[in-house]
Amino acid sequence: MIRYLARRLLSLALSLIAASIVIFAVIEIIPGDPAAYMLGLNASPEAVAALRDQLGLNGTAFSRYLDWAGGLLQGDFGQSYTYRVPVAELIGERIQVSLPLAAYALVLTVLIAFPVGLIAAARRGRPADWGIMAATQLGIAIPNFWFAMLLVLLFAVKLHWFSAGGFPGWEGGLAAGLKALTLPAIALALPQASILARVMRSSLIDTLHQDYIRTARAKGLTRRQALLRHALRNGLIPVLTIMGLQFSFLLAGAIIIENVFFLPGLGRLIFQAITQRDLIVVEGVVMLLVFAVIVVNFMVDIAYGAADPRLRRRR
Amino acid sequence: MLNRLKLAIAALALSASAALAAKDTITLGMVLEPPNLDPTAGAAAAIDEVVYANIFEGLTRFAPDGSILPALAESWEISDDGKVYTFTLHGGVKFHDGTEMDATDVKFSLDRARAPDSTNAQKALFAGIESVEALDPRTVRVTLKNPDGLFPFKMAWGDAVIVAPESIDKDATHPIGTGPFRFVKWVKGDRVEIEKNPDYWGTPVKLSHATFKFISDPNAAFAAMMAGDVDAFPNFPAPETLEQFKADPRFRVIVGSTEGETILSTNNKAGPLADIRVREAIAHAINRQEIIDGAMFGYGTPIGTHFAPHNPAYVDLRALSKYDPELSKKLLKEAGQEGLRLRLMLPPPTYARRGGEIVASQLRAVGIETEITNLEWAQWLEQVFKGKDYDLTIVSHTEPMDIGIYARPDYYFQYDNPAFRDLMDQLNLATDPTKRAAILGAAQAMIARDYVNGYLFQLAKTGVANAKIRGLWENAPTQANDLTGVYWEE
Repeated sequence: MIRYLARRLLSLALSLIAASIVIFAVIEIIPGDPAAYMLGLNASPEAVAALRDQLGLNGTAFSRYLDWAGGLLQGDFGQSYTYRVPVAELIGERIQVSLPLAAYALVLTVLIAFPVGLIAAARRGRPADWGIMAATQLGIAIPNFWFAMLLVLLFAVKLHWFSAGGFPGWEGGLAAGLKALTLPAIALALPQASILARVMRSSLIDTLHQDYIRTARAKGLTRRQALLRHALRNGLIPVLTIMGLQFSFLLAGAIIIENVFFLPGLGRLIFQAITQRDLIVVEGVVMLLVFAVIVVNFMVDIAYGAADPRLRRRR
Repeated sequence: MLNRLKLAIAALALSASAALAAKDTITLGMVLEPPNLDPTAGAAAAIDEVVYANIFEGLTRFAPDGSILPALAESWEISDDGKVYTFTLHGGVKFHDGTEMDATDVKFSLDRARAPDSTNAQKALFAGIESVEALDPRTVRVTLKNPDGLFPFKMAWGDAVIVAPESIDKDATHPIGTGPFRFVKWVKGDRVEIEKNPDYWGTPVKLSHATFKFISDPNAAFAAMMAGDVDAFPNFPAPETLEQFKADPRFRVIVGSTEGETILSTNNKAGPLADIRVREAIAHAINRQEIIDGAMFGYGTPIGTHFAPHNPAYVDLRALSKYDPELSKKLLKEAGQEGLRLRLMLPPPTYARRGGEIVASQLRAVGIETEITNLEWAQWLEQVFKGKDYDLTIVSHTEPMDIGIYARPDYYFQYDNPAFRDLMDQLNLATDPTKRAAILGAAQAMIARDYVNGYLFQLAKTGVANAKIRGLWENAPTQANDLTGVYWEE
C-alpha cells in the first residue's frame, strides 16, 4: 500500500511539472501584451515600456518560467498584473464561491441521480423507466445556460424569490450564501444528474445479470433486496468514475453559469484574466485546476477500493 | 408550517417597506470590472467609472455637460504669456486617511505623472509641464513649456487626480482620495462598495452608500434590472431590450452622448489605401444610418469627422462623405482598384462586430471585398494598434477632444500630414475661444478632406435606471458615474 501511494505521488508530481510547462508554453504563444492592454489607446510607448519593466515582463521566457515555477513550489502564485494583489489571494477569494458551488451542485446531482437511477433500474422496461429515460435525455439535451436563464426569469424576475445573481459573501451568513448559490447549483446539476442517472441505471442493470444476483435471488431475497444489498454496491464503480469527472467539470467548467449569475468564481476570474492578458493569474488558476483534477482522480481511486475490496487486493 | 411561511412572508414584506421608507443607497451595474482602482495607472474606463468625482478629485473637474469646473483648485490665474498657471487650493481638504491635502500633494501628483518611469496611461496630458512649485500650502504654480489654453481641461481628466505620497502604493486596491465618498471594500469579481465621507470639504452628498456591481452578460444585466437587484445600469449592455424598459413605468431609459467617435480606422500606408481616391471611395460607400440602425438599434449620431457633435466647435462635414455608391465605383475605377480586397479586423464590442458585418456588405456593393477577422482586445492592441498590420478596423475613440492623435504620424492610422501638425501646434498656443474654434474647425475639415478614416457615428450612452433616481449623468463628457448629485425622489 505504501509503495502504491509513493508511486501515485511520484506520478502526481510528474503530471504537475508537465502541466506547468505546457501551461506556461501555451500562454507564451498567445499574442497580446498585458501592459499595452492596461494603458489603452492613448498611452505613450515609454509608459508601456515602464509598466512592462514594473511587471517583470522583460526577462527571457526561460527565466520567467523558473521564477514562476520556483514561486509555485513555495506556494507563491505571483502578483496579478492587473489587480496588483497576490494571485493566491484572488484564488482564495474565488474558491470560496466555486468550491461550495461545485459541492452543492454535486450533492444535488447525487440526490437526484441515485433514486432516479435506482427506480429506472428496478422498473426496467416499464412506463416509469421510459419516463425517466425520456426526461434524462431532455436534461442532457437542454443547454445549462439556457435552463439557467429560464430559472432566473421565473424565480427572480417573475416571482422575486431569488436574486438574479451575484454573491453576498459568506460573511452575510450561511443561509444567504447558499440561497445565492441555489439557482446556479440547480442549473449545473440538472444535466449532470441526467447523465449520472443513466449511468447508474445501465450499471445496475448490468450487475443484475450477474450470477451472484441470481444466487441471491435463489437464496430467497426479493428483487428489491437483491438490488439494494448486492447490485447497488457493485454497480457503483462506474458511477464513482463519472462523479469524479463531474466534480472536476463542475469546479472548472462553471464559466458560463458564473457569467449568467454574475458569480465571482474561478471561472469568471480566468475568463477575465484571459481577456486582460493577466497571464500570471491564468497560469495560477489553470495550475490549481490541474492539481484539483489530479487529486480528485486520486480520491476516486481510493473510493474504488472502499466500494470494491477486490480492487484493494489487486494492488 | 403554513404559519411559519406566512410569518416569513410578513417579515420579508416588513423589511421591504423599511427599505422603501428612507432610501439613500444605490446599486449601479457596470459591464466591466476595473482591473484596479488607481486612475493614474491604467486606461480602463471602468476605473474612472467607479472613482471619478466619487473617490478622487483633481484640480478641476468635468461638469455633466462637459464644461470645466473648479474642484480642488478654488481658482486659478493665468500669466499674460499663457505659460504660468497659479492655482489656489481649497483649504481644509483632507484625504480619506485623515492626512491634509496641500500644495505638496499636487506637486507630487503632477511630478509623478510626468516622470520618466511614469505608467500614466495619458502621459501626454502632462507633457507640456516645465515645472511645478508648491509656493505655500494653498498655492501651486505650474509653469508650462508653451502656452496651453487647454491646461485646465487636461487637469480635469481622471488620470490627473490628486493623490497622496503616503497612500499611493495602496491606491490600486484601497484608493485614498479627497472625494465625497470613501472606499469601503472590493469583493473582486462581484462589487465595489463606497460610503459617504463625513469629513468632505465641499457639498455633502445625499447618498449614504453606493455599490458598483459587475455584470458582463447582457442577459444577466437585463435580469438584474428587472429583478431589482440593480437600481441603475448607466451603460446598459443589452440595447435590444431598451424598448421593453421604456414601456415599463418602473424604469427610465437615459439616452445621451459620449466622447466616443466610432470610426472605420484606415491604415493610410497600406498599399492601395495610401491612395486618397480609394479612401474617398470607401467613405462614399458607407451608409451611416444603416450601420446605426443595424448595429446600434438606432442609437448614435452620424459624424463626418473625428469630433463630438455636441461640442460647440463641431463642424458638420458629413456632406464630404455622403452615401454615394456610384461615386465610389467611379473613384475606384479611376484609381485602378477594381476588385480590391482588404482585411477588416474587428475588436470585441458589438459596435465593431455587428457594424463590421454591415460595413463589409456596403463595401461589397461597390466592389471591395473584405476579409473579416475577429480579434480579442489584447490581440487587437498587439497586431493592429501596435503592429499596424491591418487595412481597416472599427474602433470607438472614447477620449474627449482627441483630434490631436491625427498629429502623430506613428499612430496606427499612419496619417502623416505636416499641415495638420502645424494646426495642432497653433491650437496649443491659442487661448482665445473663438480662435480655438476656428483652428479646430480647420483641423476637422482637413482630416475629413483627406479621408483619413471612415467617420461613422458618435457612440450613444444608453442607460436604464429606476424611475425614482435623479441626478445621474445623461451624457458622458468623460467615462464616469459621478454620484455626487444623485438622490432618490420621495
